[in-house]
Amino acid sequence: MNSSETNVAIKTQNLRKVFGDNVAVVGLDLEVKKGELFGLVGPDGAGKTTIMRLLTAIMTPTSGDAWIAGHSILNEGEAIKERIGYMSQRFGLYEDLTVMENISFYADLYGVSARERPARFERLLGFSNLTPFKERLAGNLSGGMKQKLGLACALIHTPEILFLDEPTGGVDPVSRRDFWRILYDLLKDQITIFISTAYLDEAERCTRIGLIHRGAILMTDEPSRIKETLGTPMIEISTPDAREAREFVSTLAGVRSVNMYGDRLHIAIEKEDLAGAIMDSLKTKGFSIEGERAIIPSLEDVFIATVKRQEDGTVRG
Amino acid sequence: MRLIRIKAVTKKEIIQIRRDPLSLAMAFLLPALLIFIYGYAVTFDVDKITTVIYDMDKSSVSRELIDQVSQSGYFAIVAYLDQHEEIDAYLDKGNAQVAIAIPVDFSKRVRTGRDARIEVIIDGSNSNTATIAQGYINAIAETFPQRILGSGSRITPLIDSRNRVWYNTELKSRNFIIPGLIAVIMAVIIALLTSMTVAREWDRGTMEQLISTPVKPVELVIGKLIPYFIIGFVDTVLSILISVNLFGVPLRGSFTLLLALSSIFLFGGLSLGILISIVARNQTVASQMAMLSSLLPAFLLSGFLFSISNMPGPLQIITYLIPARYFVTILKGIFLKGISIQFLLWEAVLLTIYGIAVFLLAVKKLRKRID
Repeated sequence: MNSSETNVAIKTQNLRKVFGDNVAVVGLDLEVKKGELFGLVGPDGAGKTTIMRLLTAIMTPTSGDAWIAGHSILNEGEAIKERIGYMSQRFGLYEDLTVMENISFYADLYGVSARERPARFERLLGFSNLTPFKERLAGNLSGGMKQKLGLACALIHTPEILFLDEPTGGVDPVSRRDFWRILYDLLKDQITIFISTAYLDEAERCTRIGLIHRGAILMTDEPSRIKETLGTPMIEISTPDAREAREFVSTLAGVRSVNMYGDRLHIAIEKEDLAGAIMDSLKTKGFSIEGERAIIPSLEDVFIATVKRQEDGTVRG
Repeated sequence: MRLIRIKAVTKKEIIQIRRDPLSLAMAFLLPALLIFIYGYAVTFDVDKITTVIYDMDKSSVSRELIDQVSQSGYFAIVAYLDQHEEIDAYLDKGNAQVAIAIPVDFSKRVRTGRDARIEVIIDGSNSNTATIAQGYINAIAETFPQRILGSGSRITPLIDSRNRVWYNTELKSRNFIIPGLIAVIMAVIIALLTSMTVAREWDRGTMEQLISTPVKPVELVIGKLIPYFIIGFVDTVLSILISVNLFGVPLRGSFTLLLALSSIFLFGGLSLGILISIVARNQTVASQMAMLSSLLPAFLLSGFLFSISNMPGPLQIITYLIPARYFVTILKGIFLKGISIQFLLWEAVLLTIYGIAVFLLAVKKLRKRID
């Protein structure tokens, strides 16, 4: 049952969303082909979640339109909902229901027939490694397992397009790798995946990405090309001693600026390959590092880094 | 509308209610507990009125009068005084509600058939009790000379009025209050029960996931109504059983009819709770709105406490919009009068219209959009 004749999965036309004085999405024009793994890449607050909600027809745009699997988000929202799977940024399943009860609930809502169920349940529980936890309450699962359960529920009706809103936030590296392995398997089945992320390593894994800032897509291209244009490489580290770590890191060579966000540091560096050296010096100094990832710098990050460079006199005009 | 989705939502709600012992206890025990507490506490019957006696006559006649007062059962004599001044202290401190002073020449006047007087002082700060106490004492005083002098007395009332009270022959206020109380308690409980269901989904972030599926608003509302309807129905049966078996309220009409009409009321009340939940999108706001919109009208405007025919005109019109009004009429009618459906058709029809209207409004307001 293919509803659209072309090979376009997602198409938006001058899509706009305004909240009061705040323009969250600025006239978005975007096209995603079937079978693509498209990444919506940008820093926090860029408008990624709003775009996700508009495209999944759970939010009404201020103006413009979008077609998902050939159906308009304006008046064919319910037809879209039959054909897509969506995983919201915040865990959206019932924590007081078991893994199996959650999956069955969504199978019922999507009208999966009793005949198809056993095979699908087995496949979804199998690839997500949730089989041993079938009877566990969803609220008692780890972050990584919750994400996989969310994915299983979003896939129960074999959707044409899968929307994932920052699916790996707060998930450990091993689970993250598993998660992406599952996504690649899905691509083989010709599912279109539309994912949003603030992490560079995930952006690199997409077939095509759109770089978004303040509600506007700055460019869409292959990941390697966009990375070049980002300019300032940036890494994020998590450490319990963030304050002392910041003091220490800012003294290191090749570090342009350090910003602290809770127990995370955003470190702008001169060249990407300096990351290893910085990590080494942190560890030698005795800091316990809980996670390290290259991230998409926000314009603020780039701005701060630029100002810092000018103050240091290391950059010309 | 697909049955499988309604069933899925109902099943999910039942699992969630079962796993939340606190709300489960609230759902099943609170109504029974409230009927129990209020059934004992709320009574307008006046008896055991605290009374002090100042007997200056100290004769067999005055003692006879005191006996009449104490044996009537309405008065509890707390003290016998020696001085008139002591009366003030008892009444001021609230240790007595009534003081009776019998003058020195009381027995002499009664025996000679002259106009005998006693002084009765009543604490009027509770006007209801005061009026009733006055009535009791007058009744005793009027018949007293006959008792003393025998039937040959010349004192005979001019009008022999014999009042007969129907439906609640003993004029027990409890019989009158408890059926109305069931209406008030059920109105509040059912609105509170469902006021959480949709708001909780927004609070916990599960709504965003839910509205991205093809589930229809009408399926969600029906699916969420069913489990709470079952709870509300059990609560109603429990309340009726407690009223009849514990408080001895007579159930003169049909139990089946009572349950059938209660079900219509439940449907409307539960739909109101869901509507509030949908509009509020926040559990705290929803529960307060549910409390306010169910308790106040049910308590004040349903005819439970205040007779509707005594209200000012505009207020009387408003009471037509209060479903509890019809439920109070139904409960009192079936409990005390034992009337059948043809006398309650109007109430049944209006409750049905109200329920369907609120239900449809809830379905319409449940939009599958975040904004």
